Amino acid sequence: MTPGDAPAASRATWWRLLLRDRFACVAVVILLVVAASALIGPILLGDLAVKQNLRAVNRPPFSLDDGWAFLLGSDSLGRSLLARLIVASRTTLSVAVPAVVVSLVVGSIWGMWAGYHRGWRENVSMRVADVILSFPSLLLAVVVLYVFSPSAGNIVLVLAIARIPIYLRAARAESAELQSRLFVDAARTFGAKSWAIIGRHVAPTVLPTLFTVATLDFCFVMLTESSLSFLGIGIQPPDMSWGLMVAQGRQVLQSAWWIAVFPGLAIVVTTVSATVLASWARLAMDPGQRWRLTLPRSRREARHKNKEVRA
Amino acid sequence: MLTFLRRRIASSAIPLVVVILGVFYLARLTGDPSNLYLPLSATPEMRAEFAARHGFDQPLLVQFGDYLAQVFRLDFGESLRTAEPAADAVLRAFPATLQLAGATMILAILGAIVVGSWAAYRPNSLADRVASFTSTTAASMPDFWFAIMGVLVFAVALGWLPTSGTESAAAWVLPVLTLLIRPFGVLVQVVRGAMVTALSAPYIKVARSKGAGELRVVFGHALRNAAPPALTVAGDLTVGLVNGAVVVETIFGWPGIGKLMITSILQRDFAVLQAAVLVTAITIFALNIVIDACYALLDSRVRQGVTT
Repeated sequence: MTPGDAPAASRATWWRLLLRDRFACVAVVILLVVAASALIGPILLGDLAVKQNLRAVNRPPFSLDDGWAFLLGSDSLGRSLLARLIVASRTTLSVAVPAVVVSLVVGSIWGMWAGYHRGWRENVSMRVADVILSFPSLLLAVVVLYVFSPSAGNIVLVLAIARIPIYLRAARAESAELQSRLFVDAARTFGAKSWAIIGRHVAPTVLPTLFTVATLDFCFVMLTESSLSFLGIGIQPPDMSWGLMVAQGRQVLQSAWWIAVFPGLAIVVTTVSATVLASWARLAMDPGQRWRLTLPRSRREARHKNKEVRA
Repeated sequence: MLTFLRRRIASSAIPLVVVILGVFYLARLTGDPSNLYLPLSATPEMRAEFAARHGFDQPLLVQFGDYLAQVFRLDFGESLRTAEPAADAVLRAFPATLQLAGATMILAILGAIVVGSWAAYRPNSLADRVASFTSTTAASMPDFWFAIMGVLVFAVALGWLPTSGTESAAAWVLPVLTLLIRPFGVLVQVVRGAMVTALSAPYIKVARSKGAGELRVVFGHALRNAAPPALTVAGDLTVGLVNGAVVVETIFGWPGIGKLMITSILQRDFAVLQAAVLVTAITIFALNIVIDACYALLDSRVRQGVTT
């Protein structure tokens, strides 16, 4: 499959494959809801997330007495938890998405370059990856964020640097294997420049794997940002992020459990969805495994039973 | 085998040195400790005297040289905060973390082998699907939130477990579970994947046809071949355990090295921070070597350097 193949037809196939897998469908819907609330939620809500209402302090969730805004209860300053969750989703995504994109772009270009050229370029790159990976990322983040102020930009930078080795290693391994293949050899014989070969021949083969890695890594980055915010060295108030909301809820755990529970649930639901989508994409992007998704569930089990009978 | 180990030690010594160097410089970027340890009214002379006493007036390169020379004499300097030797503070905190991490990793690996093999034994069965869903959720769980939920349910609501302490066995349950959850989720998936591949290989048919029992087939034949990828991931997860330890030790007041590192960063207690990072880095370094040695024992191709 190359990018040039009739894109309309292949897009239709993707949709069919996705609709066949119930879990992947639900995951996509959840991620779309999170993305939508991050994009347009804050505009629709206005100042609802910061408006204090001291007559509605620590309202328990699941009651519509005070209007839909208090569906998930309110915090100790009478602010709507639902509105705060929606606004915080923007902060959380605006850290996680750029961090993943930066590390994906830098790591994959670097890795393909290192793997294509082999030799010292490969060795040096792998040692750099080892150094970064052998240092606990949270500790790196703590030190760097303490040195420079813990702004969203710095958090993105730290997370991006901490995750570059993941893509660097994956891209290096695949591209080192590809550079000895015949079609790359042929391109070289025709006098193509190395960057042209990497861009036109190596990248299309390597990228699907890297996208899957990126989807999975999105979870890791989101969880690290939440941990940092929870420890007090990530997003700082008055900004909101889900991790920070859990930390704030921890203070009033005994009297108002919902303040800590719902932001954490939001994190879990989002990360689980991304993981499910990643494992679906891993199957869908692998031509050797894709057939598994085209079978209806009943036949998948029937196949397995047959196999057992034979065994 | 010895050549293999020697080569491996030499190549992982470089990251170790870079990490120590990095921490040394980064720690000094966090600011001037005299602002924290001297009163606001301190005169410039007092500050200069403070800096001279702790060697902060020297150029960074000289400070680093002195530091390295001291480390070779096993002298890690003394804590700015408590004036005790940094080595004492670190050695007091280190066993607590080591016990916690060791218990966690042993439980995670054993649990993942059992659950992962069980799931892989009948792919797509109910057990497999339940295991997949649980492990996916566990692997994407924010540990700090899991810890708080544990406290909420088992300490606040039910009152079964204490919220902090290290003495009673009950106090270990929540910290170990919190630290366990993500490595366990990831490991189950890796073991399952590797076991599915291993169990469908021809040598399993051979083992069955020569009359080996199912337990022997699964744990003797398949697991041995499924072990290397799981081992690699377990090694990476153990490095990541330091991240978890910081969170867990903060929430449960566990007197370990994660908590010590956070405190010494906030207090600009350079000597303790460096000693703590040095000990952690050496542990990770040793652990990687042990994992590679296991890897080589399991797979003779690695031992002879065929696959690079």
